Amino acid sequence: MDKGKKISNKKPRFAFYWAASCGGCEIAVLDINEKILDVIGIADILFWPVAMDFKYKDIKAMKDNHIDVCFFNGAIRTEEQEHIAKLLRKKSKIMVAFGACAVGGGIPGLANVANKKEIFHTSYIENPSTDNPKKTVPKTKVAVKEGTLTLPEFYDTVKTLEQTVDVDYFLPGCPPTPDQIMTAVGAIVENKLPPKGSKIGPMKSVCDECRFEKSEKKITNIKRIYELEKWEEKCLLEQGVICLGPATRGGCSARCLDANMPCTGCNGPTPNSLDQGAKMISALASILGIEGEENMGDEDVQKLIDQVVDPVGTFYKYYLPDAIINRRVMNK
Amino acid sequence: MKTIIIDPITRLEGHGKISIFLDNKGDVENAYLQIPELRGFERFSQGRRAEDMPQITSRICGVCPVAHHFASTKALDAAFHVDPPSAAKKLRELMYMGYYIYDHILHFYYLGGPDFVVGPDAPAAQRNVIGVIEKAGIEVGKEVIKHRAYGQKITAILGGKATHPVCGLPGGISKGLNKDEVNDIEKMISSCIDFAQFSLKLFDDIVLQNKKYVDVILSDPYQLATYNMGLVDKNNNVNFYDGTIRVTDQQGNEQCKFDVNEYYSHIAEHVEEWTYIKFTYLKSIGWKGLKDGRDSGIYRVGPLGRLNAAEGMATPFANKEYKRFYETLGGKSVNSTLAFHWARLIELLYATERAQELIKDPEITSQKIRNPVGEPGEGIGVTEAARGTLIHHYKLDKDGLIDKANLIVATTNNAGAINMSVRDAAKGLISKGNVSDGTLNMIEMAFRAYDPCFACATHTLPGGMPLEINIYDHTKKLYKTIRQNL
Repeated sequence: MDKGKKISNKKPRFAFYWAASCGGCEIAVLDINEKILDVIGIADILFWPVAMDFKYKDIKAMKDNHIDVCFFNGAIRTEEQEHIAKLLRKKSKIMVAFGACAVGGGIPGLANVANKKEIFHTSYIENPSTDNPKKTVPKTKVAVKEGTLTLPEFYDTVKTLEQTVDVDYFLPGCPPTPDQIMTAVGAIVENKLPPKGSKIGPMKSVCDECRFEKSEKKITNIKRIYELEKWEEKCLLEQGVICLGPATRGGCSARCLDANMPCTGCNGPTPNSLDQGAKMISALASILGIEGEENMGDEDVQKLIDQVVDPVGTFYKYYLPDAIINRRVMNK
Repeated sequence: MKTIIIDPITRLEGHGKISIFLDNKGDVENAYLQIPELRGFERFSQGRRAEDMPQITSRICGVCPVAHHFASTKALDAAFHVDPPSAAKKLRELMYMGYYIYDHILHFYYLGGPDFVVGPDAPAAQRNVIGVIEKAGIEVGKEVIKHRAYGQKITAILGGKATHPVCGLPGGISKGLNKDEVNDIEKMISSCIDFAQFSLKLFDDIVLQNKKYVDVILSDPYQLATYNMGLVDKNNNVNFYDGTIRVTDQQGNEQCKFDVNEYYSHIAEHVEEWTYIKFTYLKSIGWKGLKDGRDSGIYRVGPLGRLNAAEGMATPFANKEYKRFYETLGGKSVNSTLAFHWARLIELLYATERAQELIKDPEITSQKIRNPVGEPGEGIGVTEAARGTLIHHYKLDKDGLIDKANLIVATTNNAGAINMSVRDAAKGLISKGNVSDGTLNMIEMAFRAYDPCFACATHTLPGGMPLEINIYDHTKKLYKTIRQNL
């Protein structure tokens, strides 16, 4: 195989890896079902934890850029994850942030509302079923009777992959859909990749794919989903429920809406919008009849904010580490 | 003193690490399985909208999102003082069966089963799903892929997405079924029942008819006499979605039986400095360290734990298999770790039979699927995740936000037992400093049987997990490396 040539001239070498994630991205790859045989036909998979053996030592031994494309899922939460991300970056020509956690921190990124000390306190000390009178917490280096054991450092802040290494492409979604995965694989194999830094996904919002019709009706107050007495066949926002459809990139076929549930934003900001939360707040302001940010008085803003009981969890559920405000001020 | 560090290179890279310490004679003094990851869900759940929890907590594990989704939804039912309509409960349970079908097939054919189907002493490179297909035939391989996908499809029809579902709401479920969907699901389930029976026959032909394999199952390094825990229905039959928590002792006698609302009177968690995972134990017995027997509070959950903690299965074919299981393996309790695999297939059959009962229930197309919620308060929910008992406990504030959350997940319940199984397998094979290649497989099989989901404390799908044992002399100098699948 000629290593000097471009990806299109040979069978590309793929790699999959995961960091702080749930494994759902791995299952998403399995869920392309029989299409996985097509992928194996067009690419060499150097390692893929679900189906094949990981060769960590071999990766270390590889020449730089030996892997053509590394699909990296999961956020960066520990020292070890940071180390592996850097190693894989060195060995890969193209680094793809795969799934919401790698792209924006994902649900584990919500941990940026706290720091290590607070997280440890909750899990190990004040936890109601934990019996821990000596207030023991895990340590990076522990002397046991027989020798020494080590654990990787747990960081205060969850980082995205891009905050850790240089990333070439982004594939959002929690998890990405089989169609999104195949689109990305197709673009790579045919060498039709968009400019570096692109997010791979359609240039439309979830609303564009939603089955419900919008009537531009204003609402007067926000409802919780469980407060809806009956479900009507119309836009959930117009029924008063916060739905992140207007602020979220499509490509998912609005599957959550098909199950009568609001979009929670897993596919990240819409194209040409940097901050998902800011976009959603502006969409909410509009539907609540608070027109135009410049006309919003302090009282109007307060009225709006008061109705949103958990702005961080509502607007930045999957992308807090990537947001303009990416963590709470650190408590000491 | 020699130290053997097993760094599971693949799925467990960053997700698990085993260190074995030898004494001066070269025998195993102790072994540790460390979980080097924590994500902090209990902390960052605080302040979130309660109704978001079924979707937030499903991200604890992308392999078993349905288990967290419904343990969470049930905790919300309790916290909002609402009992869902019976159709909603049936729809949730039906989706739960779809999840079990997918998950148990995944483990048996892709992950754990290859050890037996292909053989415990087959070359490592063959002990994977491809090896299973080669041994059982390509037609079987196609059936495996098809039925795993059916499980996911049933979940997706009901839940919106299979990974991660969205339908769970306090008081019910967001979506009912129409007749077309019922027909589709019915066909898939009927095919899954045949497939489950085929899988048990395959296990019978390849494993149980082979004395060598049965001897391995019954061999000493794989015996662990712990307590067992699982959800049971009013007849003490295994139940995945709901019921009472029952604990049995090492001989199968009932130790205690309690409603999940009393879990904190019966279960406690212990913290060690050397791992991020906690260890659960029976409070009445207490934490006595990593040991089994009557005097140690450690218990096991998951397929074997559930079968041991119950007295039967609620469906006819699965119950027949249940009886055969105990007749073959010498009565209650079955303490062999490797019996998890057989137990898992019996549960697969139960899941398909139960799914058929549910899809044929006339109420399954009812659109009465939600009840109005009451005031927010405190609530506890329990389900049996594929890997064991799963508890979600929330305290809500007056605005329906999470004030406190406590999660006891399946693999945490097994953490102590997995650690001991790894240690005992190492002790069984390593003596006088001789570490054979077989050690790796013995150890691998010991903890693979649990299907440990270390994302529920990190999570692994060790499809032929590569292992490396580094043996260091007392000066910490590496003198031998054994690799498998590398």
